[in-house]
Amino acid sequence: MMRGLRAFPGLLRVGFVSALAYRAEFLVWMLAYTMPLIMLALWTAVAAEAPLGRFGEKEFSAYFIGTLLVRLSSGAWVAWDLNFEVRQGTLQRRLLWPIHALLTFLAENMAALPMRIVLAVPIALATSVWLGSVWVTDPVQIAIIPLTLLGAFLLTFLPMAMIGTLSLFWESSLSLYDLWLALYTVLSGYVVPLELFPPQLGAAVQVLPFRFMLAVPVENMIGLLTREQALTALFWQWVYVVGFAFGSALLWRIGLRRFAAYGG
Amino acid sequence: MRRYAALLGVQLRAAILLQMQYRLDFFLEIVLSLFWIGAALAPLYVLFSMRDAVNGWNAYEMLVVVGFFSMHKGVLASVIQPSLNQAVEHIRKGTLDFLLLKPADSQFMLSTSKLELAHMTDLIAGVSMIAWALAHLPGTSVSSTNIAFACLLFACGLAILYALWIMVVSLAFRVIKVDNLSYLFVSLFEAARWPASVFRGALSLFFTFVIPLALMTTYPALAVLGRAELKHFVIAAAVAAALLAVSRLVWQRSIRSYTGASS
Repeated sequence: MMRGLRAFPGLLRVGFVSALAYRAEFLVWMLAYTMPLIMLALWTAVAAEAPLGRFGEKEFSAYFIGTLLVRLSSGAWVAWDLNFEVRQGTLQRRLLWPIHALLTFLAENMAALPMRIVLAVPIALATSVWLGSVWVTDPVQIAIIPLTLLGAFLLTFLPMAMIGTLSLFWESSLSLYDLWLALYTVLSGYVVPLELFPPQLGAAVQVLPFRFMLAVPVENMIGLLTREQALTALFWQWVYVVGFAFGSALLWRIGLRRFAAYGG
Repeated sequence: MRRYAALLGVQLRAAILLQMQYRLDFFLEIVLSLFWIGAALAPLYVLFSMRDAVNGWNAYEMLVVVGFFSMHKGVLASVIQPSLNQAVEHIRKGTLDFLLLKPADSQFMLSTSKLELAHMTDLIAGVSMIAWALAHLPGTSVSSTNIAFACLLFACGLAILYALWIMVVSLAFRVIKVDNLSYLFVSLFEAARWPASVFRGALSLFFTFVIPLALMTTYPALAVLGRAELKHFVIAAAVAAALLAVSRLVWQRSIRSYTGASS
């Protein structure tokens, strides 16, 4: 573990350089985040007739731009990489390194974050020009924005790593990721702000992890949460992070015993 | 022509046989498709539990648009996408050479080479959504001429989709790694799920003129609701014909400049 932490900055640097090398491909992936704009179009058209609850045209615009920003700064792809490496047998090379393999994947996925954030910042600035003052003004809530974003990234990465690890047991584990993604789409606030859900469903959504992956950082960022609500949400977000971190380490340990290194 | 019909039969049979080897995955795909359909309908469910209409489209009319979107998606995911992804794979690995040597049209051979039957779920779900919506739509009687018109416009939409896709794949000759381009294309296509009038300002420019999404889903929906005008047919047919011609040209040029994998 300590060795892994010492090697981590080096791994990040390598990952960053390789992300930079494939910048055209990277840009295409980033352009594919169209869903927030599609939802923005629908909901602002709705609000143009009359606002829904707290949400007028401006709030909907800020909300969905917020989802775009959080998605940009919290993306990961470890499930595909892990599944690919297990099936191709290239995972064994990684296992020879004296560092926990999940940490190396984490470094690779995290290394793309600076480039993603470089893309997100102009969008945030343009939004400020377009919509005026939509961002949160409370200093504490401004201060926790990076923490909520890091939490959202880890909550994207860790369950994905767990599902990727399942490839050690089951080749089609990516189907499970597809299911996870479908649930995420609805329950994270990606397609509709969660407070607009009917109340029965709203209660379930509050306790599931999906909200902490997207809606919490967004709502905090654009000032839809009070300071108290934001801090409580931050706490539960990191409880989930710790839980998933333990879960993925455990699953990895069990899975590795079964790994037979195809093609070795 | 007869030869191509026979070829189509052979290609389809091979594709289906291949599919039937992976039965568990097949059922899994169907279940997943159903989940995604649910996810796509969720925002509309929330929306119409609070409102009666958006931009003059009520819940049932909106569902007709989403139904056409789902049908397009079904065809895209089950027929167009798998075979053309295979084209990209061929180009990258150099196995396209074998295909080009065959005494049949390369675009035809590639376009029919693979089939993912499980994604037909979207197609069936789309038809069911439209049927359900039309049955519940108050005060409209659906005539068979309207349905015929809608089918016509839907076919134009498919032609547009196919032509755009061929052009994306033709890019593979130049940029090699096109799987994320195809991902980008699918993400842009997602915008076709709402009636075109929902997109306003800069978004409308992008989503209806740069990529003619309105023609694919809004026009057939208008037709089945009996609101299509002559201009819709003229525009759809013209755009479809033009794009098909252009895509054919682009494909032939790409093939001509293709020098094989070994060079």
